[in-house]
Amino acid sequence: MNVLVCVKRVAMVGSRIVLTADAREVDVRQLGFTMSPHEECAVEEAIRIVEQHGGLVTVMTLGPTEASEQLRDAASLGATRLVHLVSDGREWDPLATAEAIVSVVWSLEADGGSFDLILFGNEAADTGDYQVGVRVAQALGRPSVSGVKHLEVGEHAVEARREYRGGEELYEIVVPCVVAVKEGINLPRYPSLPGRMRAKKVVIEEIPVEWREGSLRTVKLRVPEEPRDRAEILGVGVDGVPALVTLFEQWGILA
Amino acid sequence: VSVVRSQTLSEIARGGVLCFVERDDDGLADASLRALTLARGLCGAVGRTLVAAVMGELDAPETDTLTLFGVGDAYQVIIEDLDAYSPSAWATALLDLVEMLGSDALVAAGTDRGHEILAHVGARTGLPMAANCLTASWSDSRSVQLSRQRWGGSLIEDAILEGVPALLTVAPDGVLAEASPSPAPTIVRTHRSTPSDLDRRVVVSRWISRDGGVSLADARVVVGGGRGVGSEEGFGALDELAALLGAAVGVSRAVTSAGWRPHAQQVGQTGTKISPELYLACGISGATQHLAGCRSAKHVVTINTDADAPFLARADYALVGDLSVIIPALSEAIKSRRRS
Repeated sequence: MNVLVCVKRVAMVGSRIVLTADAREVDVRQLGFTMSPHEECAVEEAIRIVEQHGGLVTVMTLGPTEASEQLRDAASLGATRLVHLVSDGREWDPLATAEAIVSVVWSLEADGGSFDLILFGNEAADTGDYQVGVRVAQALGRPSVSGVKHLEVGEHAVEARREYRGGEELYEIVVPCVVAVKEGINLPRYPSLPGRMRAKKVVIEEIPVEWREGSLRTVKLRVPEEPRDRAEILGVGVDGVPALVTLFEQWGILA
Repeated sequence: VSVVRSQTLSEIARGGVLCFVERDDDGLADASLRALTLARGLCGAVGRTLVAAVMGELDAPETDTLTLFGVGDAYQVIIEDLDAYSPSAWATALLDLVEMLGSDALVAAGTDRGHEILAHVGARTGLPMAANCLTASWSDSRSVQLSRQRWGGSLIEDAILEGVPALLTVAPDGVLAEASPSPAPTIVRTHRSTPSDLDRRVVVSRWISRDGGVSLADARVVVGGGRGVGSEEGFGALDELAALLGAAVGVSRAVTSAGWRPHAQQVGQTGTKISPELYLACGISGATQHLAGCRSAKHVVTINTDADAPFLARADYALVGDLSVIIPALSEAIKSRRRS
């Protein structure tokens, strides 16, 4: 099974998001970066599928030069082919992102055979657009399902499940198809030392891409006012317990 | 100039705003009532009609609710030979309606289905879509000025969405459901849609129910545990306290990543969003990833060894100290308070 996973490099924002002076971007100067959480699970899922059924895992990202770090992370877990759509670091709108991915998928497939399965994260942690996978699927003429937390791969079809109103709905979709997964579909492994060594040697295929203005345009970003200010400390150690139980009673928690 | 102006106005007045409305166990879904509230705001002073689309037949209480929220026309959508959910078929049906009505905007709740269906509509039409909107208003006849959640609501983006119909989903935890100040009778109509073979490729084929227990998303009380719990075994005391309070246990991403607890218990941006009366967060530092999931809690109490932990800036009350000592003491105190 030939699997392509599309991932995004995102900042690790910690406990408080700080913006740049012009409020157009998150100030990332003091921050580390990671693969967006749902996509970490997409990479893990692809590797498990290939371990079980054979095949190849290709991981692709659209991002600045430094996004090669996230591709190497994927290689250290078992991805064999890395494709980097190198941008100038500006944020791409979801339409432009999907178009860039589609054109590269076409050219990769023309060279090396079709991808049976293309995996996305359900939404990127930073922009939360919830649509790139569906747009790519539509352009490629393939069926897609989003929000998937369980995936089983057969020869000609995949069985996907997603949560809905306290249960799960099940889909059977023929391959080739596009699936957007959610964290919780698996517990991603940690890279092994040999994996890390191997990852350094994988050649990254770089494709320059040019940013263009989208039709969903950021004006500015702002940090919302939080409903709570600063906690009142009820006590240190067990000293605060009686006061807390009294509050529970007032709030009707003990009823 | 005046001629151009009046043409623009008549163009605006022509289409209404279509809102896709979902159901839950209690009738029309709360998230959809919030979406209707935002959609009604887009109808604006020029008097666009607020139109609702619901899958299947409406019952009387549902129609009453739509009236209350200012819906002028309600379409019961019947998809031929297809009872189960199909993202593509539902998108086809909504797109039919949008084209028939000349809608200026299509709005849905920011749920799995809402996001998915609007993404399909966006993909088919090549129109942009903005997810998890908090506010929206027209800046001119072709573009919407909006604010939306990013980073799970830890950041707000002010943006311009250019393209008609405007495709918007509404943040379920960011907009209040407000009834219309001037409700008028709702006209109920039926729209039949025929799905294509392509639409039929993705259909829910089976429903798997899961056993009950207190659902995290709906729990009245949630006892949360983070890295500070220390180990899988450390959760014993939390489980006991949760049982005493009839609470669900929620955990941080660090806990599920360590494999101490299943992902189904994770509270946060990539886990479950909770809205309990009380969230008692124990040994959780307060990363945005986690805070994005508990913003709607009414009362927040944290137990933390570090008085400077970020969570203390987002809680109502704090107990500073070792949770492995405080939690058993709290359980004992609750038991003795109940005995007295």
